[in-house]
Amino acid sequence: MRYVLFTAAAGAVVAAAVYAVTVSGRAPVSAQDFVNLQQGDTIQMGFRRAHANGFCISGEFQASGELAAYSSAKALQPGSYPFIGRMSIAGNNPTAPDLRAPVRSLALTILPDTADQWRTAMNTPPVMAVATPEKFYQQLLAIQSNTVPQFFADHPETAHFLEWRSHYQPSQSYATERYHSINAFYLVDRQGKRQAVRWAALPLTDDAGVIADEEAPDALQQEFFNRLQQGPVRFDVQFTLATANDDPADATIPWPETNPQLSAGTIVIEQASVQQEGACNALNFDPLVLPAGFAPSADPILRARAAAYAESHRRRAREVLMQQFAGGANE
Amino acid sequence: MNKPQSYPFAMRVMHWLMAALVLSLLFAGLTMVKSLGPWQQQLLAWHKAMGLIALLAIVVRLIIRLRSDTPTLPASVPNMQQLAAKLTQLGFYLLLFVMPLSGYLMQNAAGRPLSLFGLPLPSLLHTDLALYGLFREIHGWAALLLVLLIVVHSCAALYHGLIKRDGVFRSMVRK
Repeated sequence: MRYVLFTAAAGAVVAAAVYAVTVSGRAPVSAQDFVNLQQGDTIQMGFRRAHANGFCISGEFQASGELAAYSSAKALQPGSYPFIGRMSIAGNNPTAPDLRAPVRSLALTILPDTADQWRTAMNTPPVMAVATPEKFYQQLLAIQSNTVPQFFADHPETAHFLEWRSHYQPSQSYATERYHSINAFYLVDRQGKRQAVRWAALPLTDDAGVIADEEAPDALQQEFFNRLQQGPVRFDVQFTLATANDDPADATIPWPETNPQLSAGTIVIEQASVQQEGACNALNFDPLVLPAGFAPSADPILRARAAAYAESHRRRAREVLMQQFAGGANE
Repeated sequence: MNKPQSYPFAMRVMHWLMAALVLSLLFAGLTMVKSLGPWQQQLLAWHKAMGLIALLAIVVRLIIRLRSDTPTLPASVPNMQQLAAKLTQLGFYLLLFVMPLSGYLMQNAAGRPLSLFGLPLPSLLHTDLALYGLFREIHGWAALLLVLLIVVHSCAALYHGLIKRDGVFRSMVRK
């Protein structure tokens, strides 16, 4: 009898705990909700849930030292630092046609395997359409239900994003796009003084590039691999400093072009490889992996990116682990 | 030789301090993997630092345990329950090592730098997706197992303390 009572009591406590953690009240949008929505109905095993189609790059970041007065980060002191990176298009399908994607990305881990590493995931749009993860979730829902015009009409803060989109022309190459940090960060100097910044990778080539097959899923990848045969691809990393008029926590508003701009250095991409064979595949380009000398802004989207990326990372790592188990068992 | 009625002072202090620490770590961990809230990063940094402290604490606790004379359960406790109690204790010691170690190693395998109060810590693994998957899953599932063990342990302790009143609960509370 006492076993029954004991088991019943234990069961009740577990049930209450599970209820409290999972279904009580109106749960806010979670990292899992986000990734569920992004991955869609077809799970692409082992691939990133967002920006699934991409490839690995590597090379070095040649820092100018122009930002050294603002930050103690090693990557901003004059010198050459190795990086592992990734170029990708938006979407959950690793074989989606490159040229159909509305967004392209350049992600970097500068000084990997060190305590000084700086990760950044940059996208072609300079601003977010909305300023909070909850609204961004609603935007993704609107995309799925084909109600985007209504969503934009209901959210006036999307105006700057729409203005950018109205005259954005996707280029014929990853090498000729502009990639933006979107969210703001702080640079922190040795005295602890903070300066809000955004940054962007700006192309240093005007060679437009040649696309062999516009419908190929890897049209941009082929173009980039061919281009690298001729020599490294370079980008200028330009930092924009915020003034007292700019809100670092709001990624929907572009900062004036009159703000001070400094070049942190040059990204020199020397090598590229398909992602399953590249060092970038194991990395989660979490924009909150920052070295001393950098700090995140209060932008809620920036904070949410880290949580959602971590969930995507966990899922694909689990799938790759299971595939390795299955592969080992079959041998 | 007579066995003591209670656990030694050092073990009682470790037990209750670690109970508070481990419960906080579990709730922080289970919350921060879901939340998109802006405080999530602060909680994560805190979770990592406190997790390392928990690793030091379990090492110290094991040493104290191995050097201490601990009370035995009263003869009135049935054999099956004696066994269950031993397995629960063993499970706690195991999981309290597995949790911080898997947490540390999963950060290594993800290529993320770790530091404790500004001091960089060495990476013991190379960056690898499947290894990250292994330690991330161990960390997640061991946490749930630990929650389950805490529930069972708390229920048993309350059963002894409130219903049986056989001195078992007291042995971890006072001299």
